[in-house]
Amino acid sequence: MQEEYLLRIKDVSKSFSGVTVLNKVCLNIRPGTVHSLMGENGAGKSTLMKCLFGIYRQDEGQFFLDGEEFNFEDPKHALENGVSMVHQELNQVVQRTINDNIWLGRYPRKRGFVDEKKMYADTKALFERLNIHLDPRMLLDKLSVSQRQMVEIAKAVSYDAKIIVLDEPTSSLTDNEVKMLFDIIGVLKKEGVGIVYISHKMEEIFEISDDVTVLRDGSHIGTEKIENLTMEKIVNMMVGRDLEERFPPKTNVPGDVHMTVKNLSTKYAPFVQDVNFDLHKGEILGVAGLVGAGRTEMVEALFGARTLESGEILIDGKKIDNSTPHKAINNRFALLTEERRQTGIYPVADITFNSTISNVKSYKNKFGFLVDHKMKEDTDKQIGAMRIKTPNRKELIRSLSGGNQQKVIIGRWLLTNPDVLLLDEPTRGIDVGAKFEIYQLIIDLAKNGKSVIVVSSEMPELLGITNRIMVMSNGRVSGIVNTEETTQTEIFNLSAKYLNNNREAEV
Amino acid sequence: MSSLSTKLFKKSKEEWMDFFINNAIYIVIFAIILIVVIREPKFISVPVLRNILTQSSVRLILALGVAGIIILQGTDLSLGRSVGMAAVVAASLLQRPDYASRFYPEMAQLPLFVPLLASMLVCGFFSAINGWVVAKFKIHPFLATMGMMITLYGILSIYFASGAPGPQPIGGHDTRYVDLVNGNVLGIPNLVIIAGLAAAFIWVLWNKTTFGKNMYAVGGNPEAATVSGVNVMSTTVLVYILAGAMYGLGGYLEAARIGSANNGTGFGYELDAIAACVVGGISFSGGIGKVSGAIAGVLMFTIITYGMTFIGLDQYYQYIVKGVIIVVAVSLDAKKYLKKV
Repeated sequence: MQEEYLLRIKDVSKSFSGVTVLNKVCLNIRPGTVHSLMGENGAGKSTLMKCLFGIYRQDEGQFFLDGEEFNFEDPKHALENGVSMVHQELNQVVQRTINDNIWLGRYPRKRGFVDEKKMYADTKALFERLNIHLDPRMLLDKLSVSQRQMVEIAKAVSYDAKIIVLDEPTSSLTDNEVKMLFDIIGVLKKEGVGIVYISHKMEEIFEISDDVTVLRDGSHIGTEKIENLTMEKIVNMMVGRDLEERFPPKTNVPGDVHMTVKNLSTKYAPFVQDVNFDLHKGEILGVAGLVGAGRTEMVEALFGARTLESGEILIDGKKIDNSTPHKAINNRFALLTEERRQTGIYPVADITFNSTISNVKSYKNKFGFLVDHKMKEDTDKQIGAMRIKTPNRKELIRSLSGGNQQKVIIGRWLLTNPDVLLLDEPTRGIDVGAKFEIYQLIIDLAKNGKSVIVVSSEMPELLGITNRIMVMSNGRVSGIVNTEETTQTEIFNLSAKYLNNNREAEV
Repeated sequence: MSSLSTKLFKKSKEEWMDFFINNAIYIVIFAIILIVVIREPKFISVPVLRNILTQSSVRLILALGVAGIIILQGTDLSLGRSVGMAAVVAASLLQRPDYASRFYPEMAQLPLFVPLLASMLVCGFFSAINGWVVAKFKIHPFLATMGMMITLYGILSIYFASGAPGPQPIGGHDTRYVDLVNGNVLGIPNLVIIAGLAAAFIWVLWNKTTFGKNMYAVGGNPEAATVSGVNVMSTTVLVYILAGAMYGLGGYLEAARIGSANNGTGFGYELDAIAACVVGGISFSGGIGKVSGAIAGVLMFTIITYGMTFIGLDQYYQYIVKGVIIVVAVSLDAKKYLKKV
């Protein structure tokens, strides 16, 4: 008997160090359909896929392919069983040709040598079937992202894929390229392949989906046929309505305009285009947007870590030069980076080193040597002021919890006495209790007259601690709203505002 | 013709910059050759060409060996000592029966290929250890092969001192061996022919076999290779064994070319070989490199060295020129892959 579903994911749960990321999630894929998987950043989509492909092992729950239970050991094992994923970040050997990439790991051989002719013919046939017009001998380096993506899809098809997961496949494609991708998806559907489509773009979802499943905070919110859904309904399923009382009271009072940013654009991809906004003294300005909206790039551009194409930054009406991080620090800017482990902490150094490293100049005595006791005093002061939980300042920073590490780094920047604080995902990977303390810290800083920008992917957080929210979409500002007056739905819609625009057409 | 000239002259400023950056090393080298030829027109002659090719031969064989490792994002500091090991082994096994101080006084004359095989096996074995350590423990090849470099020197010196006459240069080579390495066919030096055959062999291996393609894949993106089912471990170890075998061949030839071997033979050769690869476009960032690049790199270095000596430039100045060329070549290579933010 023919199974109704090609792939069944049943009651899959997963938690990391006590935090539940997936809670009994189900997903059923019918053959020859496109099933869209939706949810905000952190809703659990990618964790679910990682469980499917064996990168993580689920705590409970089962996977069935054609009615048979399975657990893949790794993505290669999945690939060999007809389940493949085309990642947003393509994992390819770009120095080599299309041929070499598609048949990597299973080159056809003839008399001991690689049979280039067969490889070429097979690729050609594959491309014809999928209606892809590329010379298999081209180097991947020379292809556009969309072409490389097509190569990856063709590779999946060449493994006789029954299930293909497409992770935000259109995030960097132009309208025309999207159409070509959809044509290929159409061919695959006709051949009975089941497609799992992960995307934030509503219009696309309505254009190609057959079924839609929505996840929120790791829970399965619902699965519906696309005919039964409206955009409004999906947004409501995705963002929910409840906003819990997890935030300290906003006691800061924004004053006069402190910083003005005009026409800020970056020179190199990922692009930030024509960003304009004001930041008031004592204000907390949130920055919302989807992954890839250019939020991190925007704060990095303000901090001089990205080359600018154009733009000026004015502090109290006076133009300043933030072309390098060094100059930005001298102009009293501070940037808390998104990837704390990679770009924030010095893991093998102690708290003293981690606290004072950005401000090390100021501990010199008249001979140019560093004065230890001043550094120790300052470190102890920060440990006390920020309530960092540690036996003493000699502890290695990597032995602290995520929340306490983050406090050390905030403390490090406070020692440079900044006026403008750029905080990129300040509570990422931090547990709920510590989050509250970080929120309190941010609000206190604003109360003391610092101007703060908070980039966050957590909508409740933005609504909970900011005064205004700037929404970014595809590298541009799509709106600035008052936190008191806005809704999650409004922010979500603004986040998607420029998604379908063809960047090349604008230039 | 007109379309060619428009192509040449209608380039934008940026295109010209790219052109210079991509070809700067060739431009510099061409300029050096030009200076040499202007000072000494006799530089362009058959004997000079023959000398340059002969001097390039062993270097090319060694460069082709280490090139595979560089394509894997690695490097090999033990190359020089490996060559020394091969040279001492080959020389000790191939002395004239009537030579006074033989390493093995009682040994019968061996067929020429037996010592060659011995050299290649010994070097292949030690290189395989390098490859295994690098792939298994994810140790940076710089460190793994540095350890091997030092270890090999110890082993090599012990073996060198263990011969019947004690630690003294191993000379008095078998005439068949000397003729094989230093002879010629119709005026073409045997060394050049051997190097040419080795290059052809490596070219086929790199471009026509699964092994070669896997090597490029592992070097270009190890993760993609793993996910596609390439055995990264065995590919890595094989690349190192191949490199070792090439050092073995190089050392075998080098002993006869120089006329003697001792435990210092081959010292520093890794630097020449690696420099030639890098100048020939075999990238330290991995996954990129061609046999033709290694050939070009080796030839360029030999031509420059020979040319500068030819016009009587002081050796110390030569070091400065060579050193600068290496850094410039690497910077330009890195610039191509630098991600702008």
